[in-house]
Amino acid sequence: MALIEIENLTVTFTANGRQVRAVQGVSLKVEERQSFGLVGESGSGKSTILRAICGLAPVTGGTIRIGGKPLADPRGKAFSAQVQMVFQDPYASLHPRHTVDRVLSEPLAIHGLPGTDQRIEQALSDVGLPAAFRFRFPHQLSGGQRQRVAIARALMLQPDILLLDEPTSALDASVQAETLNLLSRLRAERGLTFLMVSHDLAVIDHMCDRVLVMQHGQAVEELSRETLAAARMTTAYARALFAASADRMLDP
Amino acid sequence: MTTLEWLSDPNPKSRLQARAAQGWLAWLRFRRNPLAMLGLGITLALVLMSLFAPWLAPHDPIAQALSDRLQPPLTAGHWLGTDDFGRDVWSRILYGSRITLYIVLLVILTAPVAGLVIGTVAGYFGGLVDSILMRITDIFLAFPKLILALALVAVLGPGMVNAVLAIALTSWPPYARVARAETLTVRNSDYIAATRLLGASSARIIWGHVMPMCLPSVIIRVTLDMAGVILTAAGLGFLGLGVQPPLPEWGLMVSAGRKFLFEQWWVATMPGLAIFIVSLGFNLLGDGLRDVLDPRGAGR
Amino acid sequence: MSLLSVSNLRVTFDTESGPVQAVRGVSFELNRERLGIVGESGSGKTMTGRAVLRLIRPPGRIEADQMLFDGQDLAKIPESRMRALRGRRIAMVMQDPKFSLNPVMRVGHQLMEGLRQRDHATRAEARSKALAALQAVQIRDPERVMEAYPHELSGGMGQRVMIAMMLIPNPDLLIADEPTSALDVTVQAEVLAILDNLVKTRGMGLIFISHDLRLVARFCDRVLVMYKGKIVEELAARDLLHARHPYTQGLLNCLPRIGGSREPLPTLDRDAEWAR
Repeated sequence: MALIEIENLTVTFTANGRQVRAVQGVSLKVEERQSFGLVGESGSGKSTILRAICGLAPVTGGTIRIGGKPLADPRGKAFSAQVQMVFQDPYASLHPRHTVDRVLSEPLAIHGLPGTDQRIEQALSDVGLPAAFRFRFPHQLSGGQRQRVAIARALMLQPDILLLDEPTSALDASVQAETLNLLSRLRAERGLTFLMVSHDLAVIDHMCDRVLVMQHGQAVEELSRETLAAARMTTAYARALFAASADRMLDP
Repeated sequence: MTTLEWLSDPNPKSRLQARAAQGWLAWLRFRRNPLAMLGLGITLALVLMSLFAPWLAPHDPIAQALSDRLQPPLTAGHWLGTDDFGRDVWSRILYGSRITLYIVLLVILTAPVAGLVIGTVAGYFGGLVDSILMRITDIFLAFPKLILALALVAVLGPGMVNAVLAIALTSWPPYARVARAETLTVRNSDYIAATRLLGASSARIIWGHVMPMCLPSVIIRVTLDMAGVILTAAGLGFLGLGVQPPLPEWGLMVSAGRKFLFEQWWVATMPGLAIFIVSLGFNLLGDGLRDVLDPRGAGR
Repeated sequence: MSLLSVSNLRVTFDTESGPVQAVRGVSFELNRERLGIVGESGSGKTMTGRAVLRLIRPPGRIEADQMLFDGQDLAKIPESRMRALRGRRIAMVMQDPKFSLNPVMRVGHQLMEGLRQRDHATRAEARSKALAALQAVQIRDPERVMEAYPHELSGGMGQRVMIAMMLIPNPDLLIADEPTSALDVTVQAEVLAILDNLVKTRGMGLIFISHDLRLVARFCDRVLVMYKGKIVEELAARDLLHARHPYTQGLLNCLPRIGGSREPLPTLDRDAEWAR
């Protein structure tokens, strides 16, 4: 049985009396400990799928099951102990007036978990931040350091599933490499399941076992890592995306 | 380790130190604005005046001395003159600052708090809750402030506590508006989404995440409104609906002096100047705080 | 003689905690060619581009021994003469068209405004020139785009409009600051091709500022690599793979590749020596 099962998911936003169908009938399955990628351009609905899983976007059709069980609405504490998310912009996902300490202790306080001091120190060292950063404010950290704090926060409750919404697209290339390495290491150490969104096919290819290409809210083609590397995609759009991304590589 | 080093340590060792360091930075920025420092000075002077009124005042503010009535300023023992009952104007202004500060404090503790709660709740939940709370706010806003305060005092009866109540009841709607507008800009941010995803309750999010973001704009608004509150209190006193004689409230003193404004100008002018200076002080302080507290300002 | 010659350019910001140097003595020459400036955030690449146009606000300060453009020293001429150069002789395209176009004005109006006011063109002239400019950036239905408001355009379309607007006065030098990073990959290629074609046919000089080393290498003739406000390496784009500086090499290697290995990506070990 797959850990995440999404069947025929539809997300429709209603704004000013107009309906926008952000996701139209997308299905996917992610096995336990697998890393699954969603790739597409802006407006393809890839991030909306993650937000729908978290209850941050309205599910207007289809079902989402985690571990075989349909999700409760509202999601509740049991869900948050199982699924966590890392957001795209590390400048927007940390409260500007909360210290790192406050950010990391909040999940423990909500769930009534003991041993705050020790857990925070452990979390900081897990994501490769010095303990001296504990009482810093976000504006005293660089983008990469902020994203590490956001990852540490997501892992405080020891979830099984990590949803990653373009976790490195706001970062410099060298910082992106460090962050991707960190995520890979944490996945191996903790046996995490990743559902990762990116516009960058190379990042997705580096991180994921399977990829779903999306366009205009619809699934275009699902690719395994091997078919992607060998450029054996069948749809024109997936091929165009591959060509545009491969173009960025500098062939020696 | 000196205090200064402790404050500017880039790696604070505790929450307290982190907070203090932030405060210190804000103070450094505030200090560069001379007008704001003047406002702060006036406000501090008001606080000190009211605290030490019994020691600073040369005379009893209430005891009458009809032999000394309507002495002009700079007479021996009465450097701001006396009023029609022979009471020392300077002593009355000093004791009056206690009443002004008392009113200001009571209003600060009620109206902005109520406005903040109503505004953030309305903004965070949206929908029906928002519509109901905001329509109530609109109704309160539709009345002219002083008229509504007058009506309330007329119903409740004159007196200082009722005056405060009337002022508080008429001044919370703008705070609710400010807090709601601020809430709308933060409620869809990623950090709120992340906190919701951790399983936090709405109360926790509003209290711990939304309110701290609204607080600066509300505080700025409060300091800018303080002048208005002092003026409304003085206005109510002037009309005889606020603090009752013989208490030395500044508005009341202006009111008492207006009968002989042209002959004995100091009786009304001195408390009027006090109202003017304190209002100005609060306004300057508010402007300075805006530069420091506004999260959209520089340095963030 | 080169089109632009910058020597020892410095940009300093006076902050509460003392002056911070964003650009620390940058010198380069530009002919009618495509020059790329690459670096990570905070490397001073954007500040360098803005400093050429003197578009840095206080508390920032621009100092340079010389910034010669067509016989005029941009570091010394008065602001009025600088204004005459901006837009007309030296143009700039920013990262996100959303913030560079006026949201409450029709695109056509914005395109024609400069022509009408600066060059005193008649309405009909301005309109035909604006239409031609839109066609030059390969917009298929320029009539419709002229009547649209900026929010009705997609990101790629908006960026094309920006480029068209910048190119109407036929500038000698175009500074493009991350012109494609807000765009989708498939659109990126088109916009770059348009830019490339225009630069070639009109013989402009181009300063292309980007964080993407590979993109710059493919698109430019020459590349300046910046680190912490200094140029650490200058090389011809075709020699990029033989870059000598460890920072340049590090930037090249740390990007994942499709079909690459799953080993941890090489990261950059910053050396304090680089910033000297």
